[in-house]
Amino acid sequence: MPKVTIDGVEIEVPAGITVLQACELAGVEIPRFCYHERLSIAGNCRMCLVEVKPGPPKPQASCALPVADKQEIFTQTPTVKKARNGVMEFLLINHPLDCPICDQGGECDLQDQAMGYGFDRSRFHENKRSVPDKELGPLVKTSMNRCIHCTRCIRFATEVAGVEELGATGRGESMEVTTYVEHALSTELSGNLVDLCPVGALTSKPYAFEARSWELSKTESVDVMDGLGSNIRIDTRGAQVMRVLPRLNDDVNEEWISDKTRHALDGLRHQRLDRPYVRRGGKLVEATWDQAFAAIEAKLKGLDGTKVAAIAGDQCDAESMLALKDLMTALGSPNIDCRQDGAKLDGPRGSYIFNPGVRGIDSADAILLIGTNPRWESPVLNARLRKRYLSGHCAIASVGPAVDHTYPVERLGAGPATLRDLADGKLGFFEKLKAAKHPLIVVGMGALVREDGAAVLALARDLAEKLNAVRADWNGFAVLHTTAARVAGLDLGLVPGEGGRDVEGILAGCEKREIELVYLLAADEIDTKRLGKAFVVYQGHHGDAGAHRADVVLPGAAYTEKPGTYVNTEGRVQLGQRAGYPPGDAREDWAILRALSERLGKTLPYDSLDQVRARLVAVNKSFAALDQQAAGTWGIFGKTGALTDAPFASPIANFYMTCPISRASKTMAECMASRAHLMAAE
Amino acid sequence: MLSDKDRIFTNLYGVHDWHLAGARARGAWDNTKAILDKGPDGIIDEMKKSGLRGRGGAGFPTGLKWSFMPKEVKDRPHYLIVNADESEPGTCKDRDILRHDPHLFIEGCLVAGFAMRANAGYIYVRGEFYNEAQNLITAVREAYEAGLLGKNACGSGWDFDLYVHRGAGAYICGEETALLESLEGKKGMPRLKPPFPAGSGLYGCPSTVNNVESIAVAPTILRRGATWFAGIGRPNNTGTKLFCISGHVNKPCNVEEEMGIPLRELIDRHAGGVRGGWANLLAVIPGGASVPLLPKSICDTVLMDFDSLRDQKSGLGTAAVIVMDKSTDIVKAIARLSYFYKHESCGQCTPCREGTGWMWRVMERMVTGNARIEEIDALEDVTKQVEGHTICALGDAAAWPIQGLIRHFRPEMERRIRARTEKLAAE
Amino acid sequence: MAMITADPKDVPHVAHFAFTPEYLAKAKALMANYPPGRQASAVIAVLDLAQRQQGWLPRVAMDEVAKLLDMAPIRVYEIATFYTMFQLKPRGKYLLQVCTTTPCWLRGSEAVMKACQHAADGETFSVQEVECLGGCVNAPVVQINDDFYEDLDEASIAKVLDAFRRGETPKPGPQVDRQTSAPIGGATTLKGE
Repeated sequence: MPKVTIDGVEIEVPAGITVLQACELAGVEIPRFCYHERLSIAGNCRMCLVEVKPGPPKPQASCALPVADKQEIFTQTPTVKKARNGVMEFLLINHPLDCPICDQGGECDLQDQAMGYGFDRSRFHENKRSVPDKELGPLVKTSMNRCIHCTRCIRFATEVAGVEELGATGRGESMEVTTYVEHALSTELSGNLVDLCPVGALTSKPYAFEARSWELSKTESVDVMDGLGSNIRIDTRGAQVMRVLPRLNDDVNEEWISDKTRHALDGLRHQRLDRPYVRRGGKLVEATWDQAFAAIEAKLKGLDGTKVAAIAGDQCDAESMLALKDLMTALGSPNIDCRQDGAKLDGPRGSYIFNPGVRGIDSADAILLIGTNPRWESPVLNARLRKRYLSGHCAIASVGPAVDHTYPVERLGAGPATLRDLADGKLGFFEKLKAAKHPLIVVGMGALVREDGAAVLALARDLAEKLNAVRADWNGFAVLHTTAARVAGLDLGLVPGEGGRDVEGILAGCEKREIELVYLLAADEIDTKRLGKAFVVYQGHHGDAGAHRADVVLPGAAYTEKPGTYVNTEGRVQLGQRAGYPPGDAREDWAILRALSERLGKTLPYDSLDQVRARLVAVNKSFAALDQQAAGTWGIFGKTGALTDAPFASPIANFYMTCPISRASKTMAECMASRAHLMAAE
Repeated sequence: MLSDKDRIFTNLYGVHDWHLAGARARGAWDNTKAILDKGPDGIIDEMKKSGLRGRGGAGFPTGLKWSFMPKEVKDRPHYLIVNADESEPGTCKDRDILRHDPHLFIEGCLVAGFAMRANAGYIYVRGEFYNEAQNLITAVREAYEAGLLGKNACGSGWDFDLYVHRGAGAYICGEETALLESLEGKKGMPRLKPPFPAGSGLYGCPSTVNNVESIAVAPTILRRGATWFAGIGRPNNTGTKLFCISGHVNKPCNVEEEMGIPLRELIDRHAGGVRGGWANLLAVIPGGASVPLLPKSICDTVLMDFDSLRDQKSGLGTAAVIVMDKSTDIVKAIARLSYFYKHESCGQCTPCREGTGWMWRVMERMVTGNARIEEIDALEDVTKQVEGHTICALGDAAAWPIQGLIRHFRPEMERRIRARTEKLAAE
Repeated sequence: MAMITADPKDVPHVAHFAFTPEYLAKAKALMANYPPGRQASAVIAVLDLAQRQQGWLPRVAMDEVAKLLDMAPIRVYEIATFYTMFQLKPRGKYLLQVCTTTPCWLRGSEAVMKACQHAADGETFSVQEVECLGGCVNAPVVQINDDFYEDLDEASIAKVLDAFRRGETPKPGPQVDRQTSAPIGGATTLKGE
């Protein structure tokens, strides 16, 4: 480990890091604009200049300079100060001083650093440069006069998002960041450009002029738009969610979030269920909680438990799913399912989680994607796969849909037949997987939400065994979920009990009038027409498919409005926090179920969030370990059987609209329209 | 004065046949195998002893530069890159080598490539030199056909391929790492150093970038011996040099002369003297646009080599002598150079992108005196904020001419400002 | 994949570009100058060919080059807008590239520029101010398409332009009695042979 001296203080630092990183380790702050730890080094802003001995007699860009033993680094000399002041002056001469009308105001790197390095007046008496704004789609607003040419956005698009569409044309002071031919960026990660832009050149279009950062209350929470469980910060003003930003978590989402995670939030304001409804004379009419409960109580009276069923939705918190399960048990119903899409998953934990964890992707050296389009199912995880590709020496192949992954993927075939050939060692890629130290098999829902899903799962398991991909030091069997609630649902056993019905069985039962009451806990992704004449209770937050069909509507809370436990695709238990209260008479979901149970005379044995959470742990001890990830128990799972010829298709047909919230979002609708060509290409 | 027998570029003016036959008659490709038989280390030692300093402007010892290449070829091939992106205002010497003596130069490429254990070389010719590039391409083909290049070049047992790569109009590609970027098919934006090209250059492989003239003189040095070359000029400033004399002289020209020749002798003997006589001289930019100008008082006695000009706070640069007589609007002459640097800044790093435009705009006002006296100091301060703070030397090159102007012609700048102020006051 | 909605402003729309077999063969030959997988190195050369074929460089041509070299179109747009020799708008038959950098300016490039501007009609002649062309001892220099016309003044550039107008190609090089870069009146060196 090299020893360096920073401003006279000696410190030992890891070899191979840069002078800037060494300074950070020493607690010495180095101003920077272009440098970003997750992007390649550009060294162009020149703000991070320091003096280094031994070295040339001029200041060096610390972001690009490797540390060396016995190096002396000076960050506070007059030379350094003058250099940085100079750079700051250059950055400001052509930068509009329009902070009062700039959305970046209050969280602008340039504004902040100008406090330390700026002059109080300008020596620049020429005209400022004028740069035309660019059209980058419905999410990113541009104000290119403010651009300081740090190229973070270009590097993000090229390196992380994997869409080479943003560049810098022209040269010298005429250089412009642009797509040249104007179009929305073909990425599901474009919102991150706004976070990366150190100035107000790229700001959030939907959030334009909505609020100032200092007006907002900030709540750390977890995203529910896909199965990754991205760590987010929810910024609210009063009751309203103003914006969603990523939180740093290297194990999960690094510091990226998808455009849906960030921008579906306007869907929280539309089509909300803010009071109970009861269907009378064919129409849903407003009701009190008492009337709604009474209607349910009346229907349940004397009804045999086997004629009652419940389906949990894709964005439910674990607490409400547990309450639902407990209520159904109390009612004597074995008919419960959390797999709206019919995924054939109910084995040991190792059969349904992303065992190696997101971090495992980084060490994988051969990757097989089965029946998944991770780019749409989890854009941030896809970026992680791309990152792995970029670091080299990792073959990636797929059996499934032909899509642009943003990194090269060898497409072995479309469906089960190819997978069988692979498992039988008939395809060349088998050898690559076999030779890999850390083979990774990603099984998507596209492979499992089929009639032969259990057989495909068994085949994938078989392949993993043959590859020795599951062993003490490595578990490369990875199920990629598309939903936020699924793993918790499986952890809590929201699958049919002894003699119980799954989703298909419930719907078939409704059609045959064998099921008379169905409880939909925010479940909207089923074919509601098949509910037949059954009495439907819908508990949820949006007037989506389920509520439209319901006989009784119980208004619940969206994910931003309740504390909730979520388990992501890796099996990581994370806590979401309440950023605001649900609208009107709506309530937290577990509490609704608790209240209903009391009304039905089947009072659930918990009366506070703490008690519910204690019960979660009692049901499955994995809930005890927050923010942890480990491979699940392995065993025999799936069901060997006949395979069909149908190709694997991703269950996500439209990235921008996958849930009641995103379907209610105008922003998502705009995104969809701007990328219609891309959807058409699928 | 250098005698003709010590001149290397005997077809500088294109009087004779530039094709292979003509070049051979003048001594090019004469027993090249014998040179290669010295081995890479032998060649590098000889180059070091000759004292040759790079002819592209920076004056870095050529032999030493070659020695930075790894001693063995490992997993990555080595590349010789030749910088024929001659674009420094005032400079037009490599052009004559390319069009009139391409074989001497190509032979140099083989020798240099061999010395740095490269099996391939790329010559980056500025795009505007279309006809020069055509001559070069033809000459390369002739050399291949004669077995001088390609497999077992010159019967040496060494394979060497040489390619001509044309640019498309960007001064910055004369900066060696910008050149490498451009050669890789990117914008000519200089790279951060380290890593240096000898470690990671073209395609991430060990590479060395040399100026055309540095390469072209190598075969003659190796044929006639380091002692011969080192005996010309002054210590640490040895050999012959192509000078380009432009501007207000009676007979602008290129000429090969001895290093260290007095500036006045150079101009008087070869360029027919300053227009209107030596007394009519105002100033000279002695080494291409990026070096600070020298007023007549210094020009009277200064010697034309690296160290003498450095001592006068200027530089030999590319040895492009731009002469300005007393009729010259000296502020405008430098302002035009400021425009040049603004136009050619790649835009990558802040001080250069923003500073070159600022400096030029202030310089334009200085031309008419539309400024305040304090702005001269501010301008100088801005040049200091650019200088030494950029990724490549273009920032320095943009700063120095202005610094030279202020150093030697500040009274003229002040006079203009006062004159304008007085004129406005009178109106 | 990217949705192309518009050309950059002020440029005539060209719907289609394809290399002729001759130009394509030239492009392939140039691409072969670089190691496998490094075909992007040929981007300047191939853009130059596209420009020679079309007369200028419309966006569709850049896209075609991107396809040929397996590059993202934006990377080609960057190149085409960075290097000044690429003509992003149609130009006249003869492009008068007038150097006005200090060495040429010192020897009267202003008058030459004026004459060229006067001649520029957008059809026969287009004019462009360029930076140092590297012919400084033969200043002022004007590059007309691929050729350098040197040692010009107002009268001699007029003669050159007249010749072009008549459909002739005047002899490039010095327009005074002079051997390339040698001093007027004869070389002071290399007189031995």
